[in-house]
Amino acid sequence: MNWRGAFTIYRWELARTWRTLFESILSPVLTTSLYFVVFGTAIGGQIQMIGGVSYAAFIVPGLLLMTVLNESTANASFGIYLPRFTGSIYELLSSPTGVTETVIGYIGAAATKSVILAAIIVLTARLFVDFHVVHPVLAVGFVVLIAISFSAFGFILGCWADGFEKLQVVPMLVLTPLTFLGGTFYSLDMLQEPWRSVAMANPVVYLVNGLRWTFYGQADVDIRISFALTLAFLGVCAAVIGWIFRTGYRLRT
Amino acid sequence: MEPILDICGLGKTYEGGQVALADVDLAINKGEIFALLGPNGAGKTTLIGAVCGLVRPTTGTIRAFGHDLLRDWRKARARIGLVPQELATDMFEPVGHAVAYSRGLFGRPRDDARVEEVLRSLSLWDKREAKIRELSGGMKRRVLIAKALAHDPDLLFLDEPTAGVDVELRRDMWHQIGALREAGVTIILTTHYIEEAEEMADRIGIIDGGRLKLVEEKHALIDRLGRLEAHIGLEQPLQAVPASLSDLHVDLINEGRTLCFHAETREERETGLARLVQRLSAEHIGFTTLDVKQSSLEDIFVRLTGPHAIDAPARERAA
Repeated sequence: MNWRGAFTIYRWELARTWRTLFESILSPVLTTSLYFVVFGTAIGGQIQMIGGVSYAAFIVPGLLLMTVLNESTANASFGIYLPRFTGSIYELLSSPTGVTETVIGYIGAAATKSVILAAIIVLTARLFVDFHVVHPVLAVGFVVLIAISFSAFGFILGCWADGFEKLQVVPMLVLTPLTFLGGTFYSLDMLQEPWRSVAMANPVVYLVNGLRWTFYGQADVDIRISFALTLAFLGVCAAVIGWIFRTGYRLRT
Repeated sequence: MEPILDICGLGKTYEGGQVALADVDLAINKGEIFALLGPNGAGKTTLIGAVCGLVRPTTGTIRAFGHDLLRDWRKARARIGLVPQELATDMFEPVGHAVAYSRGLFGRPRDDARVEEVLRSLSLWDKREAKIRELSGGMKRRVLIAKALAHDPDLLFLDEPTAGVDVELRRDMWHQIGALREAGVTIILTTHYIEEAEEMADRIGIIDGGRLKLVEEKHALIDRLGRLEAHIGLEQPLQAVPASLSDLHVDLINEGRTLCFHAETREERETGLARLVQRLSAEHIGFTTLDVKQSSLEDIFVRLTGPHAIDAPARERAA
């Protein structure tokens, strides 16, 4: 194992974040704050308590998850796509750095940034809403797991994309709609059949509700199912990344 | 002595059937500069890519420093450096940071003094804080060389290192490459500038259509395949080549005012012209000018590549 190589990639990727610290942090914080202001404070005041939790507090885990999903996917996909785009990927491929070190470097850095942002989002939310986390350790663990899983997903996306447009397609056309329809702003109990059953086919439902359970100890979905599905998703991503490096798909000719 | 790079039966066929490399055998010795020449699309970059892990070979084996590149690639790659043909790097990074990154990527511990040494040797130290995109094309190419040298490779691939740089910088790079050889680095370079190979290389390989057509020591190659041509300006025009010169390769040109002598074999090159001059004197044929031209590596390259290429081994057998 080339641990030094892995750490070098990790530091290199994080360094990019520090250089653009203002844009990297301000943008997601501002967006999330707007959600709190519009949905939590303005509209939320008209909505009754959900499961004993105020509407503003109810949407905190969902908004947190939305940031983690988007940031993890975007950071990891951009991280690996940029050297492919500039051609500097030759250096990685010709170095004694294998799939494990590459994954640790790129996915580790993307997940780290997402987790840091998640912490900032929670602190920001606290300025708008009064809430407390019932299972803080599980909440942190679940956020880290989701950050790693979606960073792995983003890494695959960055390997697959052959243009900046494609890099945006999946987050915009798949992730964002699934997140909005995944119970970020509402409880599944609010839906009538058959929409409730349809919603259960949305994988983001399990992520939102898993995180919501760690926050408030109650959710529409069993926490064990949420953890199991997230782990399964991570496993699938790991298998796909392994296949990419084994076959050289879009990396080696 | 075991070669530090040993390529056997290397082949690469792309999806769709395009053959980029076919049955390439090549052994590189420690400390030499090997120049790989070939026209565009000949397979030079594919060959380098196969050794460096950028291209997946279809057939064959590659051993570097005694390690099989398929099984023991980490140990082999740690000792190989690559300067690519394209100016491919993260243009938004400062020079010093980019070079230090390359060192770490190859598993070497942080060494600011070594990075400084590399940057100074390539006249980049003053630019260490500058972003790569702010540099000129020649300086960017130096950055790529610095990145390739940052982990102190024993084998360095230079894929057209002087493409697009001005004459002064090119000569400066030749000096740098010479210094690397002095430091014990084995260098494999591809180039379109034949004079570059002629100036620096110990051995020449000529590749065309994915096949390595010839590998030979540079001077031996020029000696073996080189031609000598002499134009002799006559005092009086001749109607025909005198019978006494019939065993020499002589033609009359310029309406009989010039004798054109071709020497293709070593013996002809060494003694043919002297014999010709002696016979002209014996025949009392006076001449006013003697213009002798020895063929360069470029002439040899042109004759060995392309659609009208001669078959070097066949020619050798015939000679």
